[in-house]
Amino acid sequence: MSNESHRISPSTNPYSSEDGSVRAELSAIDASIRTAALFFVVSAIGWLMIGTVLALMAAFKSHDPDFLGAYEWLTFGRVRSAHLNAMAFGWANNVIFAVGLWIMARLCRSTVDHKGILLIAGISWNIGVTIGVLGILRGEITSVEWLEIPQYATPMLALSYALIGVWGVMAFRFRKGDHVYVSQWYILAALFWFPWLYIVAQAMIIWFPARGVVQAVVNWWFAHNVLGLWLTPMALATVYYVIPKVLGRPIHSYYLSVLGFWSLAIFYNWAGMHHLIGGPVPVWLVSAGIVASVMMVIPVIVVGLNHHMTVVGRHREVWRSPTLRFAVFGAISYTITSLIGSSMALRSVNEVTHFTHFTVGHAHQGVYAFFTMVMFGGVYYMMPRLLKREWPSAGLISLHFWAASIGITIMIVALHVGGWIQGLQMNNSEIPFIETVENTVPWLKARSVSGLLLTVGHVAFAINFFWMLFAAGAVRSRQEPTLLTKERKPV
Amino acid sequence: MKNLPTLFCGIFFALAFSFSGLILTGHIQLGGLEPSTETLVPSDDDPNVMVMEEGQTRYPLPLSGIAQQGKQVYIELGCIYCHTQQIRRPGFGADIERGWGLRQTVARDYVRQDRVLLGTMRTGPDLAHVGGRYAGDAGRDWNHLHLYNPQTVSPGSTMPPYPFLYETREIINEPSPKALDFPADSEYAPPPGYEIVPTRRAEALVEYLLSLRVDYSLPEAPIPE
Repeated sequence: MSNESHRISPSTNPYSSEDGSVRAELSAIDASIRTAALFFVVSAIGWLMIGTVLALMAAFKSHDPDFLGAYEWLTFGRVRSAHLNAMAFGWANNVIFAVGLWIMARLCRSTVDHKGILLIAGISWNIGVTIGVLGILRGEITSVEWLEIPQYATPMLALSYALIGVWGVMAFRFRKGDHVYVSQWYILAALFWFPWLYIVAQAMIIWFPARGVVQAVVNWWFAHNVLGLWLTPMALATVYYVIPKVLGRPIHSYYLSVLGFWSLAIFYNWAGMHHLIGGPVPVWLVSAGIVASVMMVIPVIVVGLNHHMTVVGRHREVWRSPTLRFAVFGAISYTITSLIGSSMALRSVNEVTHFTHFTVGHAHQGVYAFFTMVMFGGVYYMMPRLLKREWPSAGLISLHFWAASIGITIMIVALHVGGWIQGLQMNNSEIPFIETVENTVPWLKARSVSGLLLTVGHVAFAINFFWMLFAAGAVRSRQEPTLLTKERKPV
Repeated sequence: MKNLPTLFCGIFFALAFSFSGLILTGHIQLGGLEPSTETLVPSDDDPNVMVMEEGQTRYPLPLSGIAQQGKQVYIELGCIYCHTQQIRRPGFGADIERGWGLRQTVARDYVRQDRVLLGTMRTGPDLAHVGGRYAGDAGRDWNHLHLYNPQTVSPGSTMPPYPFLYETREIINEPSPKALDFPADSEYAPPPGYEIVPTRRAEALVEYLLSLRVDYSLPEAPIPE
């Protein structure tokens, strides 16, 4: 093996790009977005912690219904929904605004001007989410899945989003250079798709309700596409950005990137109808959703292959780099969860998994094991470049990784197995329903254990983050990147 | 893909495609659906055209005022996150075998609902026809005991209790006729001299649950004989 294969690209070290002018340019871009990006990351981590506490409450309530049972504002339906919205609109959107906009600005080689407006929009977004989550707990929840935030808070969210999203588009409009990288396609598309989805869903369900089950069609077109056309492209853009950056090696194939992007763009947005299989909607709608769900195999395999071919032979570096350890865990989860998702859309499989904890497990595999893990990787990459200082503790990063990866694996296995059994038993009318409920309890307890592990990981992450942010002199002066294993001496 | 207009057109049409295919087309097909009589009869003008019979009740029925308030309580408490309101056809799942309904539900069953609560999770059973399963005064009493604390009538349930929908108070003179009627020696019964009475929200919620019944036929979904 050559020396090259043992080295992590110099670009992992924010001070040591070979090309001085590139370094200066990136440094100017980083400086222009620093305040806004820091605000978004701090908000994201705040929401992650709030969402975690809400998740733990919901998890314990699901097997111990008397737990905090006397408080109306903490009843399961509300805590669970507050958790979802805190994570989706608090954690996910803030971390997207931080990492996504930062990557976009860097790739477009354009500094962020008028950053005060971006910061104000960010503050008002977070006020909107706070009002929304409190509204849910107060009982002003809409009971429309993924759109629980009360009506009065949504215009503020839409407006703030418009003021934030436009920065990504402006960065693209005023980009320098000829080349447009695959991450830019994903980010540009997602920045445009999300508001379209959100406004249509708000209009047709909440403000001017469409008749009958048209609402359900809109609901699942929206809810599935929030994952597919918002979280997924942003996470894929991050993976496409950090892998070549850390390894110093270009993406394996441009053509696979193009194919992966456009096949996702065309197929994913039809797939949501599989949430209505067996429901009171026309069969053609559901069939269209099933076809698209199965076609999703193409972008998933293509992207998976492209990422795999890019890191192949460099697994030791992947394991050493905090960024890549998280991002590659997420990328692998993307392949697995998407293939499971495609099969769940088949009517025979869906007959068992629909209405069970299997779906909950699947959602967490997508949003946590894929999206969130990738975004942790993105934050691990971005922060040293924004702050020009290193992560204080490799041990805490390691703890974060192990707690998160083991925790989410336990959750996925427990909910998939428990949910599958639940579905089989629910479809057997000879088994009394209450028995099927009781049989889910051990699996739900395992889910609570996994939640505790995830909490440990999140606390480790937060401690490391704030330690870095308010770093003492010793952390500031460190020059070497924080890596997770010792570098092996070249042979 | 270096060109913003080209890239943007692709991005736009990708989503416009499913927006028109699913949302607009779905709306064209279902957005004008009206309540209907249980069966259709041939039209006087053209015997090949089936029409609704004059003077027959059109289903689904609108909710009563108190049931509408109860639906709001159902929404506020997030019941949808554990209970669906949709019955799948025979042979796909066991919804009808479990007695959750008499027939599958179809799009027309939901046309009067300003908010459609189909749900996607069955931590608890389906409720589309729960008012047919627990009907009348017996159903009302059962629902109140169940909401106050599910363990009273459904031991082992993981459903949360809703004690905040009820008021525990000292009995002065006569007990309230609305007081919950606990089974003898129930460990959840109030201490002697006290009674548990539903608040108005609990009463509304139970009226809503009692109103959930799919016991009528529709031309496209007759109840099998």
